[in-house]
Amino acid sequence: MLAKLIVYYAHPGQRFSRANEAMVAACRPVEGVTFVDLYAEYPRFNIDIEREQQRLIDHDVILFQCPLFWYSTPALVKEWIDLTLEHGFAYGAGGDRLDGKVMMFALTAAGPAEAYTPNGYQHYPLRTFLTPLERTAGLCQMRFAAPYALYGSLLAADDGRIPPHAEGYRRLLTALRDDAYDFERADSLGIVEVGHLDSLIGD
Amino acid sequence: MGDFLLLSFIFLCAGVIAVPIASRLGLGSVLGYLIAGIAISPLLAALNVDVIAIQHFAEFGVVMMLFLVGLELEPKLLWGMRNRLLGLGGLQVGLTIAAVMGVAMILGQPWTVALAIGFVLALSSTAIVLQTLNEKGLMKSDGGQSSFSVLLFQDIAVIPILAILPLLVLPELADAAHGAAADGHGAADHGADDHGGDSHGTNLNMIASLPAWAQVLATLGAIAAVVLIGSLATRPLFRFIAWARLRELFTAAALLGVIGIALLMTLVGLSPALGAFLAGVVLANSEYRHELESDIDPFRGLLLGLFFITVGASVDFELLGANLAPILGLTLGLMALKALILFALAFVFRIRGADRWLFTLGLAQAGEFGFVLLSFTTQNNVIPQAVADQLLLIVALSMLLTPLLFILFDRVIAPRFSAGQDREPDEITPEGGIIIAGHGRFGGIVNRMMRGAGHDTTVLDFSSEQLELLRAFDVKVFFGDATRPDLIHAAGIEDARILVICIDDKAQITELARHVCKHHPHVHVIARAVDRQHVYELYAVGVRDIIRETFDSGVRAGRCAFEALGVHPFEAERLARQFAQDDRYAMRELASVYKADVPIQDNPEYVEKAKAIREEREAELKRGGRGFNSRSDRGWAPPTLKDVEVVTEADEEERHEG
Repeated sequence: MLAKLIVYYAHPGQRFSRANEAMVAACRPVEGVTFVDLYAEYPRFNIDIEREQQRLIDHDVILFQCPLFWYSTPALVKEWIDLTLEHGFAYGAGGDRLDGKVMMFALTAAGPAEAYTPNGYQHYPLRTFLTPLERTAGLCQMRFAAPYALYGSLLAADDGRIPPHAEGYRRLLTALRDDAYDFERADSLGIVEVGHLDSLIGD
Repeated sequence: MGDFLLLSFIFLCAGVIAVPIASRLGLGSVLGYLIAGIAISPLLAALNVDVIAIQHFAEFGVVMMLFLVGLELEPKLLWGMRNRLLGLGGLQVGLTIAAVMGVAMILGQPWTVALAIGFVLALSSTAIVLQTLNEKGLMKSDGGQSSFSVLLFQDIAVIPILAILPLLVLPELADAAHGAAADGHGAADHGADDHGGDSHGTNLNMIASLPAWAQVLATLGAIAAVVLIGSLATRPLFRFIAWARLRELFTAAALLGVIGIALLMTLVGLSPALGAFLAGVVLANSEYRHELESDIDPFRGLLLGLFFITVGASVDFELLGANLAPILGLTLGLMALKALILFALAFVFRIRGADRWLFTLGLAQAGEFGFVLLSFTTQNNVIPQAVADQLLLIVALSMLLTPLLFILFDRVIAPRFSAGQDREPDEITPEGGIIIAGHGRFGGIVNRMMRGAGHDTTVLDFSSEQLELLRAFDVKVFFGDATRPDLIHAAGIEDARILVICIDDKAQITELARHVCKHHPHVHVIARAVDRQHVYELYAVGVRDIIRETFDSGVRAGRCAFEALGVHPFEAERLARQFAQDDRYAMRELASVYKADVPIQDNPEYVEKAKAIREEREAELKRGGRGFNSRSDRGWAPPTLKDVEVVTEADEEERHEG
């Protein structure tokens, strides 16, 4: 059975992000995936709540593709969460419309992987900074799937890491769509990088 | 002609000098006019002026005042007042008549004369009381509303009183009068009706000779005519007048309306003031209300001023000097008696605190209807002339003393109650106070936004066609030229929080903004600017919220052009924001060197500055390389390795110390 997948792409300065540009280019051809450029749809932040809630109802996997800004998402994603995940819809009395769905993030982080270690300059693993998002999914009874991340994104172009990451993104989306992705195994990794994909994607 | 000019000059001069002085001393305008009247009375006597005739003419101001009061009072409000009106008003009139009659009989008057005196003295002065209450802003208070109820009832009560008085004729006076009339010098000479313009005159009564049922029918018909014409004919009439596009025609029409009503009421023997009040109530919901108000108000003010002057001038000091003690005593006694009854009624009707005293002291005088009734009684041989002359003095003196009582209330009583602990909570003023001047393509949007969010607005527009259209959509609008200061005043600029100027004409926008910024600095003015220079002009007259009428739509069109070029919508949004910000910056800079009276090209400072700003912008473009973190694209930038090293070192130091 095919899972219905929606990608919310959120980047306020798109033409400056080579990594995200490549990821978008890689995921657009994947059939059966709904693609939304949040900043293009809501440049003035006036989010259409009804439309967004309908989109959530219509899809099984909700994937946000965005850069990590200040240990969090760009502002519009927060606004989207604030407005769309309404009481009585996503949580609280009668708020079970998202029960059993999957929330996932595809992140680009400027810091290198070593920075997100106890001795690195960020002090904590990347996953720790995502706790608020994880609890957001939890409160909405959604599975918070391990994020797919690109560390050191600013240097990735020079290191030639962008094409494999984008290609991995395409494989990931295809697997999610085809219900061929091992969520449990991904959970045990905490953060999924392109090198992990072989072990997570079945046939 | 010469006489007319001389008289006008004397009256206007007295008013113009005395009223500002009295207001400055905190005595109020009424006392100022009264004093002015006393001051010019010797002059008037020397010129042989018939003060009483002028007074009866000036009484028309009372009619106008009641028309204006009616305009402020929607039928719903009037219905809500019915208990106070009948209960409070009825008891005040009834009890005061009885008490005054009793005292008069004790003083040796026959019962018929005593009753007539009761009628004369029971009524209070609508002119003084309403004028003072309005001036002090006490009209909306409990005391003010109660006072108004009583005054309104008194006005109604004049009708039956005028009907009863002729029944009280003293036979011996009637005989004497007949004899005198044969010589052509009847007591009627003292009557008002010979002079015309009497607001309660009956000599025009066309239906007196009809049978009773026909009289009732005619009276009801007249009232129905006022209501019907007021509610149905006003609109087409004003639309008709609007074709002429002459401002003074509206004034003429408003005057025509009030005078017409007064005439109609006089014809059927009703009080013109009452008829005007009724017409006012009928028109209270009309969109022409503010227009009518501002047209009539100056006439009301002048006529009432004239009326007060004549009251002052009509005091017969010779007679007063001869009977100083008894007349002064009777005046004070009358006021004490009336005040006692009012105080008791206030107690029964639960008027509390300062409002009780306002009610008691405010209505304790005899009023201008007293003059009317006195002339009517002497003319009908009900009260002997000698008694009437003394009563006239008592009425005038009590009116003269009333402003002093208001001062007493203001200075002594009101402060005591407002300082007291058990003060009534302030009435919460309703939200709103938004005036929108001009309801075209611009103002219409503002109005829809405000009303859509539940705010009450007062909309003024000077186009009948526009009004027709709006009424079809149930929008509440008022007819009138918003640039007239008096109309803005009538629309409630004193209590307004916001004025949005949305009219088309550049010069009128500036004029209105100048007026409101100068005279009503508490109002937040938002003004529509036609172009860039207009922005500077508006800034110069004090407006700080200036909206260029086409700027925002221009920016939006530019943004759409960016998007059509393939620029990302959020990027286009940011470019548009940046443009608007830059433009506003340039505007402020240029406004500081703009000179209203110098054309831009002749203002070297302005030209210099404009060039500098343009060069600055071009240089920035040449520098080029708008990165993600440049001015229009500021946002999150990841820390560089250098930033990280600084943080890491600091962290390590901390760790070593710890």
